[in-house]
Amino acid sequence: MEQFETLSPPQRAAMARSMTSGRGALARRSLLRAAGLGVIGTAGLTACGIPAAGRKGGTVSTDHSAQEKVVDFSNWTEYIDVSDDGKHRPTLDAFTRRTGIKVKYTEDINDNIEFFGKIKPQLAAGQDTGRDLMVLTDWLAGRMIRLGWVQQLNSANLPHAYANLEQRFRSPDWDPGRAYSYPWQGIATCIAYNKKATGGRKVTSISQLLDDTSLKGKVAMLSEMRDTIGMTLLDMGELPEKVTDDTFAAAVARIQKAVDSQQIRKFTGNEYTDGLSKGDIAACVAWAGDLVQLRIDDPDIEYVFPDSGFLSSTDNLLIPNKARHKTNAERLIDYYYEPPVAAQLSAYINYVCPVAGVKPYLAKIDPGLASNPLILPDAAMDAKTHEFRSLSDAEDSRYEDTFSKLIGA
Amino acid sequence: MTAAAAGPLSPPAAPAPAEPGKAQRRAAARRRRVPYLLLLAGVAWLLVFFVAPLVYQASTSVQTGTLEDGFKVTWHFATYWDALTEYWPHFVRSLVYSGIATVLCLVIGYPLAYTIAFRAGRWRNLVLILVIAPFFTSFLIRTLAWETILADQGPVVSFLNDLHVLDVTSWLGITEGDRVLATPLAVVCGLTYNFLPFMILPLYTSLERVDGRLHEAAGDLYATPFTVFRKVTFPLSMPGVVAGTLLTFIPASGDYINAELLGSTNQQMIGNVIESQFLRVLDYPTAAALSFILMAVILAVVTLYIRRAGTEELV
Repeated sequence: MEQFETLSPPQRAAMARSMTSGRGALARRSLLRAAGLGVIGTAGLTACGIPAAGRKGGTVSTDHSAQEKVVDFSNWTEYIDVSDDGKHRPTLDAFTRRTGIKVKYTEDINDNIEFFGKIKPQLAAGQDTGRDLMVLTDWLAGRMIRLGWVQQLNSANLPHAYANLEQRFRSPDWDPGRAYSYPWQGIATCIAYNKKATGGRKVTSISQLLDDTSLKGKVAMLSEMRDTIGMTLLDMGELPEKVTDDTFAAAVARIQKAVDSQQIRKFTGNEYTDGLSKGDIAACVAWAGDLVQLRIDDPDIEYVFPDSGFLSSTDNLLIPNKARHKTNAERLIDYYYEPPVAAQLSAYINYVCPVAGVKPYLAKIDPGLASNPLILPDAAMDAKTHEFRSLSDAEDSRYEDTFSKLIGA
Repeated sequence: MTAAAAGPLSPPAAPAPAEPGKAQRRAAARRRRVPYLLLLAGVAWLLVFFVAPLVYQASTSVQTGTLEDGFKVTWHFATYWDALTEYWPHFVRSLVYSGIATVLCLVIGYPLAYTIAFRAGRWRNLVLILVIAPFFTSFLIRTLAWETILADQGPVVSFLNDLHVLDVTSWLGITEGDRVLATPLAVVCGLTYNFLPFMILPLYTSLERVDGRLHEAAGDLYATPFTVFRKVTFPLSMPGVVAGTLLTFIPASGDYINAELLGSTNQQMIGNVIESQFLRVLDYPTAAALSFILMAVILAVVTLYIRRAGTEELV
């Protein structure tokens, strides 16, 4: 305020006057003006509001598939085959060669919750998201269908998909008969541990994760509510297919105890792989597909499917409302249901293959792959697999709220 | 403002007008318009990117509903109270963590800024570049790097363990066992590291303006170096201290990346709660209400601080 020091006393007095009785003063007129602004503001606030979800402005837009030979495909990172030099994606390239349809492939999905936040504004407003095809995990796929934000598939364009979809994936409760979605890959949730960090100990159950004091402060669980709660429910002898408020609360209480005793270090997304290979995390709940990749670099990392059972889920291909190239997208879905293509993809990414009849093609690539239960689950695996019941939106919100308090926020 | 209008922007003297009064009035009117025109871009920016989102958030915070049925304004102010009673520990934690981080930034940053301003000589620019250098990589990558540096089996933590430093910090309750990651210490260190340049740069700019002859003069009057600092240098650098602490404290209290990556369940800050309410729980009203409460709390703290620091004596 140096500049005020140079003012003469009368000038300062003038300033003081203008603050108290001039324009800066709180006069009746300015109060009225403020009240007026308040009224306008209130009206403005009421005008905002988030419209109900649904098929606002229809779901379908003109299909430009015939004129524009492209398809915009959003997928998770590292979820497709890549050539050795890292520059090509062989299965996509073959699709383009055969059909002339160029695939704009974007790896912009890192997290279901985050991705939902990203596309929600457009879909809620009934606008094109700029995507023709996206890959979402069961529970979010179910929510998208409930909200009416994805388009029904035209089965005439999906002969291979219809014929070759594995029996077990045919009718999830959130999309009976697969009217809206087809699985991209299946995911098995398992327990992983780093032998070096556990001192050679095996970790084989969720109980051990939560109670074994030799693992204290070195246990991680997933921040995906269904995986963490589902695996804990199974460990407690409850079925995630039949989760109720009571069993859910019991599972949360069970984990809370381990959080309070500082047994659990943190809840993580995909980044658990980093801590696991460094040894900061000795044991954790994990996704089996990641483990195959991790074990190539570090043979100390092991994984097990607990005897009490494990949770399986799928990532699903969906066509959002107003997609410009729906037919092209359906052709791409169908292409990945041709067994040789599916074999090539699964051999590279090591997730559960949802396509029947891939075994001979997998064996041709590598005989070991055809007998890998991570890609083609055997009867023993099938007997232990469970799914989380699909929740209504109200339940989902309530459970996520409880779960997010468990994980600290 | 009038100075600006009288400058190059004002029209050249009117060429002998027939009606001098009219032309003068027109020129005066134009001169009055100029400052507003100059402000136009800034005001438009503020309207679009500050006022509009604020109004939207304010509205969201008093809505009720679900994603499926939509949200409607029902003037449900109870959301604020519920949010506050449920999450006040997260508010307290955020303020404490960012407060400590701000103090640490000041303690670390002041000597550094002082050295750069008065002692660095020809190295000054190089050191300044080193201060800014971390900004060349993304915030996220820098924070993730700390996960590697502070890894349980890493050299830093082993060293601290050998010196039994972690026994002391553990006893103080700021670390757990023999690790640093996933403890309050890691979160506060992460905040301090990430916001340090925001403290150093304003400190440097105000220290750099201090006239060196004032030091000589004070010395001539038999002031000890410490007295020179206390009575001359530090008061003159107060604007930098205030600017630096605000630039550190305000973003730090809303930060959630550090708590997310370096913390654990018991270190989650209010930013994490807001993120989770928005994205995970889809409870937009609560998230919006929490954002507003955070804003109010920060405004209150900052106002109090500026009152105490006394802006009058700043320059």
